[in-house]
Amino acid sequence: MLTEAKTGEIESKAEAIRETIISMLVAAGSGHTAGPLGMADIFAALYFHELTHDPKNPDWEGRDRLILSNGHIVPVRYAAMAHAGYFPVEECLTLRKFGSRLQGHPERTRLPGLETTSGPLGTGLSQAAGIAYALRMDGKRNHVYCIMSDGEHDEGNTWEAFMFAGKYRLANLTAIVDRNNIQIDGMTEHVMPLEPLREKYEAFNWHVFEVDGHDIPQFIAACEEAKAIAEKPTVIIAHTIPGRGIREIEGDYRWHGKPPKPDEAKRFLEDLRSMSGRITGEHN
Amino acid sequence: MINQSVKLREDVFEPAESAATRDGFGAGVVEAGKADPRVVVLSADLAESTRAEWFQREFPERFIEVGVAEQNMAAVAAGMAAAGKIPFITSYAMFSPGRSWEQVRTTIALNDQPVIICGMHAGISVGPDGATHQALEDIALMRVLPNMIVISPCDAEEARKATIIAAKLGKPAYLRFGRAPTPKITTPETPFEIGKSLVMWRSNTPKVALLATGPLVHHALLAARELDESGLGTVVVNVPSIKPLDIDGVISVAKECGRVITIEEHQVAGGFGSAIAEVLIRHHPVPMRFVGVQDRFGQSGEPNELLSTYGIDVHTISAAAREIVVS
Repeated sequence: MLTEAKTGEIESKAEAIRETIISMLVAAGSGHTAGPLGMADIFAALYFHELTHDPKNPDWEGRDRLILSNGHIVPVRYAAMAHAGYFPVEECLTLRKFGSRLQGHPERTRLPGLETTSGPLGTGLSQAAGIAYALRMDGKRNHVYCIMSDGEHDEGNTWEAFMFAGKYRLANLTAIVDRNNIQIDGMTEHVMPLEPLREKYEAFNWHVFEVDGHDIPQFIAACEEAKAIAEKPTVIIAHTIPGRGIREIEGDYRWHGKPPKPDEAKRFLEDLRSMSGRITGEHN
Repeated sequence: MINQSVKLREDVFEPAESAATRDGFGAGVVEAGKADPRVVVLSADLAESTRAEWFQREFPERFIEVGVAEQNMAAVAAGMAAAGKIPFITSYAMFSPGRSWEQVRTTIALNDQPVIICGMHAGISVGPDGATHQALEDIALMRVLPNMIVISPCDAEEARKATIIAAKLGKPAYLRFGRAPTPKITTPETPFEIGKSLVMWRSNTPKVALLATGPLVHHALLAARELDESGLGTVVVNVPSIKPLDIDGVISVAKECGRVITIEEHQVAGGFGSAIAEVLIRHHPVPMRFVGVQDRFGQSGEPNELLSTYGIDVHTISAAAREIVVS
């Protein structure tokens, strides 16, 4: 049961994750800003409520599997993992640096707790489906989540995976689509129109939920309902605002693939700490 | 003379039996499935011609049909391996790994998952299907990938052994198989080991080493006998393990003969011959010739007429040997 207190706790984790994301991107000097900020609420909900996992035993067989298909938003995963206790939060500042376990795009073999290696788009759902298929063969009850971008729906491989999971009725698989409407060259509906997404998934034999990706109780309710559906895979279309939490970049596709400069980061952190101007205090 | 210690078939020069290397895969993967319940086989709508069907008949619950979707097949297999399975993925080499190369690179090789990619109908001897289906680039595509093991068996029996061993490697691997029936030359007693080559023929005073991979090993043996009768001695080495390569074995035979000819059913650029040249140029440079497809696409035809037209038959091997000793 999700209490108000628990929701508040997850929301404050999301804010901490956002602050860590800004700090790590500034330290790295390259990387993606909008996507990780937009997914902070969902990652907080997953790592601090929804997932069955053990940060001290990342290979634990009983864990749920969280596959990140759009590897470029991995700063949000690293930040969430660090705050959840997989590794020290300070290690986040090694992002993209030589010798770091936190590669620019995630590599399974370098950091315990990652399930796959990703970055090139369109393959995460296939791997998640393979994991779900194998777990089901073995009678295991772990749930498999796959985080995907909307832009990667341009890839043919994405639809091959939707077809495969639909055919095999992989009910232990939930795709979470970050529907933030932006990709590198502009708005998704200009670059390559994706709508009507819901109807496409339904036609591929998936059960569809649509949520506000910044409404944590709503997202968690969809996850719970998804696990109760036994006859087909589920997809949660999470409508998010890229750059969420920093008013001057929210919704701006130009922030897809660049990090903030130090002076921008200072402003961004102030905006985050004031809850987008809703509170004023010593931080300002 | 045939190297008796490797226990080839008695009828190696007049083979009474032939079989496609894909048949060896079909038999081997059933044995691998019996030995280990983690073995699964994925098919991209080609179960009959890849021989994946043989496994499907024995273990229907461990056979997964993915449809004509080689990219999805590679990544689904990577996921299954992540969950503890040993997946064999089957299609034509032209499509898997031809079409799915990036998925193979990222989700299998870089991700270091033990998926075995089984590329059927490799080489020009696919025949009538024509250039679109004749994979002549797959060895190059796979051997450039870190973590990837690359095996090209010389006959159905070696293909069977390679398949069984591949299931035990715990590493990504590429197995290359042909469509056409080719002579059976090895026996169950013939050694096969990843990273090892096999001397199959040695003349008394060899002047040329013939290093061959795949079913063309038989052509190399026929050329060796013909050359020996005309007074030109050779050593024939079967090299099924293209990566890892038997570096010591390759250097040793180059030192013994002083000249090397590589033989492969593949483009000469980037393939087996290139792998041998990379070793020799570093450790023991000798004159080399490359028998293979010379930067051309194939076409429809019968296997033997294509091999001869494209310069990868007994005649070309013999001619290259005669040329290299006088130049």
